[in-house]
Amino acid sequence: MSQSQLADTPKVDKRLDAVTGADAQQTVKLPKGQISTVAIEKSYFKGQHKIPVLRGVEVAVNEGEFVSIVGQSGSGKSTLLHLIGLLDTPDVGEILLNGDRIDDLPAKSRDQLRNHVFGFIFQFYHLLPELSLLENVLAPLMIRHSLWSFWKQRHQLREQARDIIAKVGLGHRLKHKPSELSGGELQRAAIARALITRPAVLLADEPTGNLDSDTGREIMDLLISLNEHDRLTIVMVTHDDSIARQAHRVVRLKEGRIEAVGRAA
Amino acid sequence: MYKLLLCVCYLRTRYIALASIVSVTLGVATMIVVNSVMAGFSTEMRERIHGLLADVVIETNSLDGAPDAEKHMALARQVAGEYIESMTATVEVYGILSFQYHGQWIPRPVTLIGIDPGEKAKVGPLKDFLQSYRPTIVDGIVTKPAQRSLDVPPGWTLTKSAQEYRQWTIERQQWMIHGLEAEDYPLTAPLDPGNPEAPPFDGEDVGPPNFDEFPTSADEPGIAQQDDGAVTAPVPADPETPSPLIADENTQTPTPPEFGTPPFGTEGATFAEASTEAADWSDLQEGRVYLGIGLISYPYEDDQGKVQTLFMVKPGDDVKISTVKAGIPNTVHFNATVVDVFKSGMSEYDSNLIFCNLEYLQKVRGMFTPATGVRDITSIQIKLKDEADAKIVVERLKAVFPAGLYSVKTWEQKQGPLLAAVDIETAILNVLLFLIIAVAGFGILAIFYMIVVEKTRDIGVLKALGASSGGIMSIFLSYGLALGIVGSGAGVGIGILFVHYINEIERFITWITGHKVFDERIYYFPEIPTSISPAMVIWVATGAMAIAVLASILPARRAARLRPVEALRFE
Repeated sequence: MSQSQLADTPKVDKRLDAVTGADAQQTVKLPKGQISTVAIEKSYFKGQHKIPVLRGVEVAVNEGEFVSIVGQSGSGKSTLLHLIGLLDTPDVGEILLNGDRIDDLPAKSRDQLRNHVFGFIFQFYHLLPELSLLENVLAPLMIRHSLWSFWKQRHQLREQARDIIAKVGLGHRLKHKPSELSGGELQRAAIARALITRPAVLLADEPTGNLDSDTGREIMDLLISLNEHDRLTIVMVTHDDSIARQAHRVVRLKEGRIEAVGRAA
Repeated sequence: MYKLLLCVCYLRTRYIALASIVSVTLGVATMIVVNSVMAGFSTEMRERIHGLLADVVIETNSLDGAPDAEKHMALARQVAGEYIESMTATVEVYGILSFQYHGQWIPRPVTLIGIDPGEKAKVGPLKDFLQSYRPTIVDGIVTKPAQRSLDVPPGWTLTKSAQEYRQWTIERQQWMIHGLEAEDYPLTAPLDPGNPEAPPFDGEDVGPPNFDEFPTSADEPGIAQQDDGAVTAPVPADPETPSPLIADENTQTPTPPEFGTPPFGTEGATFAEASTEAADWSDLQEGRVYLGIGLISYPYEDDQGKVQTLFMVKPGDDVKISTVKAGIPNTVHFNATVVDVFKSGMSEYDSNLIFCNLEYLQKVRGMFTPATGVRDITSIQIKLKDEADAKIVVERLKAVFPAGLYSVKTWEQKQGPLLAAVDIETAILNVLLFLIIAVAGFGILAIFYMIVVEKTRDIGVLKALGASSGGIMSIFLSYGLALGIVGSGAGVGIGILFVHYINEIERFITWITGHKVFDERIYYFPEIPTSISPAMVIWVATGAMAIAVLASILPARRAARLRPVEALRFE
């Protein structure tokens, strides 16, 4: 999965360079992550019925900003997050990363962007149950590197993973399987996995939704510190207003439309 | 990288998938065992067939044969001389073998082949089949050495023990006749005098006779020794000094009793007939034969359950042979002394063929013109320097030996239907067994589908982390391949072990069930023959792996096509 595979699409290559930086892995400084969406529309089909989920949503997230998207179930907030993270394509509209359109890229480039630019956290953590914590955190790097290049850099990459795991406070749990970790630990591990690729944007889907309030607060503190110290752009989806209020900005969705945008308290 | 890691992890943790490949393992193992045994049978059988037949055989279509073997051979040498190592002329004709056993005449339909043993031995391993060249082996231990050394070329003389047996038989008859005469027994008296004991008919040769009551001529050889019996057949028995009774009998019935005398006459008739022959028996008959073992013996199980062979006729006995004359097919009969018994291991041959001295057969059948000295033959057997050239040689010979008069065939063509049957059997078995592996493939497909469904969320996560569809697909394909390798590897191991220990397994099953699985009496093989061909093993293993990979294509495609959102949505 090297960038040379994209040689046939020089435009994409240039864009990738622009978003990741040629030496993204070496610099501590994270790549820029400024995101905006233009009039996104998205519908799902249930049988014959077309169910509109998003009806023209325009959001702009500045670099280093922490934006939370709130709304009731079915308001389309998760869909919006997935569209931003290129897990899905909008029916209408554009998604821009640092001013470049990314939603119409070929599949390979989208895979690469997901790997290089976006970090994902899910409500249910979604760690791979067969792998240890260390392997789970290394997974994005394994996907990025070929077998040979991973093998060559394995010590360096493992060190990198250990650093990040230590940073989320799980340094003593490297060899443990996900089934042996608590919910809070799992979410920390998921955050470590999202951060290992040094993403420009962290996309969090209900990161505290499955945790008790104390653990949820710890996770939020971690996210806030990442945002403040590393200037990581974060887009978080939640249904909990008290959590959402900790972000810089709150985007409220209702029935596929933006109901309100406001600064957090 | 993640593909490999996940593949290994899935292998280690998904035991259900391993269960699905058990059928692959069993299929592969069965295929290897079946193929090895079939190949073993086939190889063994071909060896036996090939041993008795020559590489290429030219046969006349007519039973009369064609005159002058030398001319034929010269012609053959002219067109294909560079391929030919040696040739021998033979006469092949159908006939009936009759022999006396317990006072009854037993007939057998046979194919009579007149050969020159020395020449025949040059075109095929004749000596390997003749029992006098083989030591007696019981349970792998040589209990009796071979009666003839392998240096001695095969001929028409009796072995020492056959001579002794023949002499013992004659003396016993003479003793009975004398004894009966002296005591004035009626000729309807029972044949068995009760003493001495008859020699055991168990295939063992009888030891030197031990008649205290009647020691006359026990040390006389009484058998015409010849250096090469085939060339100079002995003159018929000339009873110079027969016992008075026998001479008497001879004058009364100077010719041998009419062939085909009903064996169901009175005991006395049989007895009288036996006594007439006694005079001839003191010398060897002019006809000499090697009999197929199946014609004159049958196997039985002794008290210990071991297979023994009971011989009704042994080397040294005389038999009657009837066949047809050349020209006008009138019947002819002649007596012949059994010189040896052959066992090729092909029951088709062992219970059908008789080898006879060529010159005598030619004389009896009227295939010899004394005026010109020309002898007719019906076939020429050719041994090639390299049997792979057989097809070329056949083509060349066909050009000079017209098809209407001759048929030119390789040994494989002569046995075409039999060999083809074995090949077809093997092919059908292979198809069936491969279908079993294919069924196993569907099992893999089903279980893989299940695993893909189970792993939907993981697949979504991997995609969210940047894995491509191709990467996801290759995880499941290589998982299938890995299972295929494990399955067929285990199958190859089990199969080869099974083949290696097949005879032990056979004995074990026999011991468990009490029923003989592989009966030597039926198959002619003391042990199950096997032959593992590496190419076959590689084919089978590769085929099984290919099926495993093919079966994983569909689930892998499904996994690759999952959209990450769909995979992650169910929370």
